[in-house]
Amino acid sequence: MDLRIFFQHVANALSLGSLYALIAIGYSMVYGILRLINFAHGDIFMLGAYLAFYLVSSSLMPWWVAFIVAIALTCAFGIGLERVAYRPLRNSPKISIMISAIGASFLIENLAIVLFDARPKAFKVPDLFSSIVKFGKVQIVSVSFYIPVITFIVLGILLFIVNRTKTGMAMRAVSTDQDAAKLMAIDVNRTVSITFGIGSALAALGGIMWSLKYPQLLPLMGIMPGLKCFIAAVIGGIGSIGGAVLGGFLLGIIEIMTVAFLPDLTGYRDAFAFILLIIVLLVKPTGLLGKNQGEKV
Amino acid sequence: MSFFPLNKKNRRLLNAAGILLLVVLLTGANAFLDPFSMQIFKLCAINIILALSLNLLNGFTGLFSLGHAGFMSIGAFSCALLTMTADQKQMNFFLKPIEPFLAHITIPFLPALIIAGLIAAFFGFLIGAPVLRLRDDYLAIATLGFSEIIRVVFTNLQTITNGSLGLKGLPRFTTMWWAWGTAAFTVVFIVALIKSSYGRAFKAIRDNEIAAEAMGINVFNMKLLSFVLSAFFAGVGGALLAHHLTTIDPKQFMFLKTFDILLIVVLGGIGSISGSIISAIVVTILMEALRFLDGPLNFIVFQTTGVPGIRMVVFSILLMAVILFRQQGLMGRRELSWELFADIGLLPRRFGRRKGE
Amino acid sequence: MKRIGSLVAATVAAVVLASCGGGAAKSNTVKIGVFEPLTGANGAGGADEAEGVKLANALYPTVTVGGKTYNIELVVADNKSDKVEAANAATMLAQQAKVNAVVGSWGSSLSMSGGPIFAEAKIPAVGASCTNPNVTKGNEYYFRVCFLDPFQGQVMATYAFKNVGAKKAAIVREVSNDYSVGLAKFFVDSFVKLTGDPNAIVAQADYNTGDQDFNAQLTNIMKAKPDVIFAPGNFTESALLIKQARQLGIKTPFLGGDTWDEQAFLDVGGKEVEGATFSTFFANDVPINGTSAVFLKEFRAKYNKEPAAVAALGFDAYLVILDSIKRANSVDPVKIRDEIAKTTNFEGAAGSITIDADRNAEKDAVIKIVKDGKFQYLTTVRP
Repeated sequence: MDLRIFFQHVANALSLGSLYALIAIGYSMVYGILRLINFAHGDIFMLGAYLAFYLVSSSLMPWWVAFIVAIALTCAFGIGLERVAYRPLRNSPKISIMISAIGASFLIENLAIVLFDARPKAFKVPDLFSSIVKFGKVQIVSVSFYIPVITFIVLGILLFIVNRTKTGMAMRAVSTDQDAAKLMAIDVNRTVSITFGIGSALAALGGIMWSLKYPQLLPLMGIMPGLKCFIAAVIGGIGSIGGAVLGGFLLGIIEIMTVAFLPDLTGYRDAFAFILLIIVLLVKPTGLLGKNQGEKV
Repeated sequence: MSFFPLNKKNRRLLNAAGILLLVVLLTGANAFLDPFSMQIFKLCAINIILALSLNLLNGFTGLFSLGHAGFMSIGAFSCALLTMTADQKQMNFFLKPIEPFLAHITIPFLPALIIAGLIAAFFGFLIGAPVLRLRDDYLAIATLGFSEIIRVVFTNLQTITNGSLGLKGLPRFTTMWWAWGTAAFTVVFIVALIKSSYGRAFKAIRDNEIAAEAMGINVFNMKLLSFVLSAFFAGVGGALLAHHLTTIDPKQFMFLKTFDILLIVVLGGIGSISGSIISAIVVTILMEALRFLDGPLNFIVFQTTGVPGIRMVVFSILLMAVILFRQQGLMGRRELSWELFADIGLLPRRFGRRKGE
Repeated sequence: MKRIGSLVAATVAAVVLASCGGGAAKSNTVKIGVFEPLTGANGAGGADEAEGVKLANALYPTVTVGGKTYNIELVVADNKSDKVEAANAATMLAQQAKVNAVVGSWGSSLSMSGGPIFAEAKIPAVGASCTNPNVTKGNEYYFRVCFLDPFQGQVMATYAFKNVGAKKAAIVREVSNDYSVGLAKFFVDSFVKLTGDPNAIVAQADYNTGDQDFNAQLTNIMKAKPDVIFAPGNFTESALLIKQARQLGIKTPFLGGDTWDEQAFLDVGGKEVEGATFSTFFANDVPINGTSAVFLKEFRAKYNKEPAAVAALGFDAYLVILDSIKRANSVDPVKIRDEIAKTTNFEGAAGSITIDADRNAEKDAVIKIVKDGKFQYLTTVRP
């Protein structure tokens, strides 16, 4: 294929990858702390997008304030969800908490269908994000630039929090050994809540960014991105923030490039993500940047 | 009055009486149920098979697998393609003709059902071998991934599964006798399996995998066996479903279908066979009975106009309520047994445990 | 034990309550089932269609047969966009509510799920918008008031060839949607025949329902430089598809099918879908006939919004059943079915309806284009 087409594909891949990366970070953080696949992460992503939509449509505030408020509200929701659905089961067998996550996911989706209506809603994209930028013959919509920039800023902030602050240290401690952390006078409940809050805020941010690029809201919009971003997090090494970003980009690139070089297989695009996951799980289950966690007897 | 202790011989008698009672009930149902109730009744049986196969894996072996819908799909399509006549195939495959080697295969229902189950079991083997090395949550996502891969592949294989168009006009082989007969067989098989040394191995793996390995159980082989058996019955259930609905397409086997079955298993009690059976029946009936929730409701004091979707919200809340407040579901790990019936007085007084037994 | 008891009690109560809802038909009521997806993936289309049926019922709530006036009651059964539920819903309508006729469903695969059940119960079903040929094939009791996909594919292929002057086309299919796959094939067959060039289709791309990123597929198509792109997918994905195409700098005209005829297509597509052209059943701005004018006026008054094309079809399905009852002079489902089969030149809101021997309708197709952010009627195509 000619160079222009190739570069267009690369631009698409990076743009998609950074979006996956942003959402994967949230998944990774929560798993690192709680060893829980938060199936509801994709639905929190959806909630963030819808809240932003309603706030923007209400015209009560400028769009950037609406985004911040939406993220804050979703953050609160995420903390609430943890309190109600996951905390009571912290000492129960693994399978119970996983079922609770699935149940929560289901509940949020069905509530969304009832409250928001199953018909798609058009997200009003501010002009800042929808202008077209040209690089020679390659065209990209401007939001595709903002997303990687925001992803890396968020990554920087998070790495700072996790590695340089007390809260971050508490998070790492709880993630390594919950019981030992309690003995060190770390408030586990508070740490978990903070982690969930950050994770949910990231999911909401991801939801808003997603809607800026794909301005169509549906109650079930979180299922596929949620699943794919979980795959991205696992590929990169779940529990590792850097791994999540790496995984996200990798997934985006592989998805786009496979379609680019094998156009007959476009219908199988979703399957690539899962095949990649299976391969990674079989060859290096802890992921590319993950640490080997031995199982205590 | 002589006392009937619940020893082996008498239990066999009770079991035989139970089976006789079941046959009488089924004959009665066949004669008296109206077509709508019969539809639900057959679906109950199919859900029993699906719930039991999932429970075998999740409840008894402790493997949290989310790939059930994929195996159902394999079983459904296999059986459909095997039993459809060449004419039916031609009518269905109007976009692209079916693969030549499939066009002229038409075999009767029973062999097709068994073969469909075996094909599903075979894929269970292929998928299980690599995937069962993984731990709980990774296993869940990997099996979910495979279920989705199967769905995407079936959607694209226009010449084998007819892609998204699906198959219609399947012969309605699933009569009440087939559905309940297979369900009864499944129950007997699973009960026998759990009581055998294999079942004990499964439970040991569930309780503590490392200890089980230390006790000399070949953990991987047992896990694989459980996975393959679960896939077999899921395939059979899928095939029965296909011939009950007479039309199938890849989209109906999305992972949401696995969640439906998971709901049944959780409500009934993960690790209880009787729990799964009761739950399958109750949930199938409730799904229909609660249909009125989606329409206008009259609470005498106030009325609401129909809000479609409330029914699913209620089920989601139910699942969460069970998992938060009564984790063990209906039966926990207990089973209905003759002892239980005797203890609570459902059997005539002369049956039961002697004092001090 | 107590909990089992309460669970059993709750179940019994629920079943009793539910069966109270059904009950035997009152002797002066005719029941028409509304078999639609009101929730789930296809909830939007089903809800739109149901609105048309409800409007018709509000306007024409009674029918007089043999001197006796019957009330027409709608029995709504949500098939939840799911095949198993569709079978249950159909059985509920046929066996419990014992309806005299059925309208529905949006979504051919759902109609096919209910089809055998209606046929067994000998109740006629009239599909409003399902276009897959398999719905009526081999089922004596299923009819439809809309045209078929083979015709629609041909309409758009002819438009592409004659009006756009295209010699090369690219196809984008929603591969998990049987409607899209079918319509694409019929377009391809027609287009190849018109151009006489077996290689007239220069590129084909697929996507799955729910996908939102089409940049990769579009970039591939860009490479092939087609004169026109035919993308007969659901409006949810198509709006994003066209938007992304324009953002990538693709200026090729886009053609589609009747699924684009929804307000949400315009909302999401914004200015990028300007110029998109598609075939559909109905035009809002140009009333085709008297019934059409009545429908438009009453719909706007009742719901305060523009009707979707499928609403007009739902409206027509109800009217055809009503008319058949009058012609049969009976409320017996089998006699109603026979009269539906004989419907000729019935003036429906979406055009004149004649039911042919295969129980499909010979209908005109309407071609609409997006202009200035609104749907505009372009032309009518006769079969």
